[in-house]
Amino acid sequence: MTTPQTLFDKIWNSHVIAEIGDGTALIHIDRHILHDLGGSRALLDVRERHLPVHNPELTFATIDHTVSSAPGRQGTIASGIALMKALREETAATGIRLFDIDQPGQGIVHVVGPELGITLPGCLLVCGDSHTCTHGGMGALAFGVGWSELAHVIATQTLYQRRPRTMRVRFEGNPAPGVTPKDLILALIGEIGTDGGTGYAVEYAGSAIRDMSVEGRLTVCNLSVELGAKMGLIAPDEKTYAYLEGRPYAPKGTVWLRAVEAWRKLPSDPDAKYDREVLIDVTKIAPQITWGTSPEHVVSVDGRIPDPASIADADRRKAVQMALDYMGLKGGAPIAGTPVDWVFIGSCTNSRLSDLQAAAEVVRGRKVDPRVRAWVVPGSEIVKRDAEAEGLDRIFVEAGFEWREPGCSMCLASNGEQIPPEQRSVSTSNRNFVGRQGPRARTHLASPAMAAAAAIAGAITDVRSLDRRP
Amino acid sequence: MKSFRKLTSIAAPLMRANVDTDIVIPISRMVGNSIRGTLGKWAFTSLRYLPDGSENPEFVLNREPYRNAEILITGPNFGCGSSREPAVWAIQEMGIKAIVGSGFGDIFYNNCFQNGVLPVILDPQTVQEIAEEVEQTQGTGKLSVDLEACQVTMPSGRQIAFTVESRRRTGLLEGLDEIGATLRRDDEIRAFQARDRDERPWIHMPGAGS
Repeated sequence: MTTPQTLFDKIWNSHVIAEIGDGTALIHIDRHILHDLGGSRALLDVRERHLPVHNPELTFATIDHTVSSAPGRQGTIASGIALMKALREETAATGIRLFDIDQPGQGIVHVVGPELGITLPGCLLVCGDSHTCTHGGMGALAFGVGWSELAHVIATQTLYQRRPRTMRVRFEGNPAPGVTPKDLILALIGEIGTDGGTGYAVEYAGSAIRDMSVEGRLTVCNLSVELGAKMGLIAPDEKTYAYLEGRPYAPKGTVWLRAVEAWRKLPSDPDAKYDREVLIDVTKIAPQITWGTSPEHVVSVDGRIPDPASIADADRRKAVQMALDYMGLKGGAPIAGTPVDWVFIGSCTNSRLSDLQAAAEVVRGRKVDPRVRAWVVPGSEIVKRDAEAEGLDRIFVEAGFEWREPGCSMCLASNGEQIPPEQRSVSTSNRNFVGRQGPRARTHLASPAMAAAAAIAGAITDVRSLDRRP
Repeated sequence: MKSFRKLTSIAAPLMRANVDTDIVIPISRMVGNSIRGTLGKWAFTSLRYLPDGSENPEFVLNREPYRNAEILITGPNFGCGSSREPAVWAIQEMGIKAIVGSGFGDIFYNNCFQNGVLPVILDPQTVQEIAEEVEQTQGTGKLSVDLEACQVTMPSGRQIAFTVESRRRTGLLEGLDEIGATLRRDDEIRAFQARDRDERPWIHMPGAGS
């Protein structure tokens, strides 16, 4: 009898070209997506060595990090324009498919990959971006790499990787109304910490994951790296196949049938063993919001900001106090009611159509508080067009939101779109780090519905208790 | 790739947990075609400079003798977050050649090796003891990191062994060109692809079928 295997084991094993000792293998890279921030540099590195691109047909590129999200792309920074120009030149010279501005296919790498069917179950995908773990929501093994490793992938279509340990997180039970995939994964990070997953490939399982939409699964996997896990993944199922069928780069016809047959063998065997198991009772999770400068600094929206005075450990007390000072918050106070200056709905975490639908559902018939500046930045050109076809843009604009062009935008401010110093934002993105959304900017991470509620109320608010519509 | 063998240097303790790569190098300093060589000044911006742009005298790397440190001693989960390789370039441009810590973000850890910076993982208690010993000497006690012997020597002479993957160790000791080495096994790579193309045509011909 063969040893039962996990989903991770099956994908990893089928990509090993050579074992080179110490648990490290040379593995095949099935898909590589480049973006404007580091893509051209990596292509130039390879060209300067007079090496060809090993497999241009397995490599894709788009523009997301440095382009302006303003209408007409007004105000794109000069350094961004230079990076985009270089990416256009290098992809054209090497035969790599680029999805450029205003084309379907342009958008945040981690939105575009699944949406175009570039990301497939069982495939091994890399990108020079830590949130590449997002693609694990499709049943892919996907992880972020550094820029030197990008050049290695471009030149060889392989990488050396040490086999990670495996962890399974089971989310069991039905989420309460108002509780979203974002809340589930934030609650997990609060529970096991931002290094709880370091060195692991994390498989998310359990009834809440099975019942979750494909887009919700992408959100859950997106935040794996905020657990320290480079890879997070979810077994593909009928929902995954239904989502993929007919997408431009998904297989077609008889090849599709063969692919689905192969994908059905991917889920973990019943008795497969993991190095670590975590069980989360979903019924106990309320909408989450972060209070500090690490994603593990998270509380339920009906909870209180931690009080340093009540923390015994001196190092932890100091760390919490530093985070509170940066955030301009007082320990022990309820988090709800904290006034907000900005709301950002977007990023590779929460900018897909279902995210915008959830936010629009809260916003419909209401007005953004006049003290708040609120943006919606769709994750891709396709998301933008689909949302406009449903009239979501009008709901947002009528409420007082700005409806913008697709890209990473204010999640990390690499295009210069920043939250001003000491202003407070509720953001659907993934990192509340010091200076992430701009120097001295104060970020609270939450779900799209919670971010929409904050925009309406002008303060951090429990979306479940928002006043009746006027 | 740069090589690393052995280093004896001033070591600066930066023990706070979860120093992310956004803290190591702010995004605004790394957007552009030719950023290498411009980053050292901006490493640890939010810790190193006050809002008016002057140096923060409290920050360890602004203090003597730590200003001359070539080794950082770090707390848990250093380099977590963004995959940005300029985080390694920035600290390297500040003169840092090795980091001794209790844990690192996975991608940052890889990026260090790619650039000839040695990250050493020791248990948290030992890292704390190293930091304390260095501080007791007001930073004058030097730390040694020896990759050939896989050993850290504390200012007091106490020696601590560490482990590192053999591929990583050889790569750093010899300053190996990884791409060149991999391309020498290109026959193996192409044989894998040929086999796999029959098994999984949808991978090798995106959008295949009709």
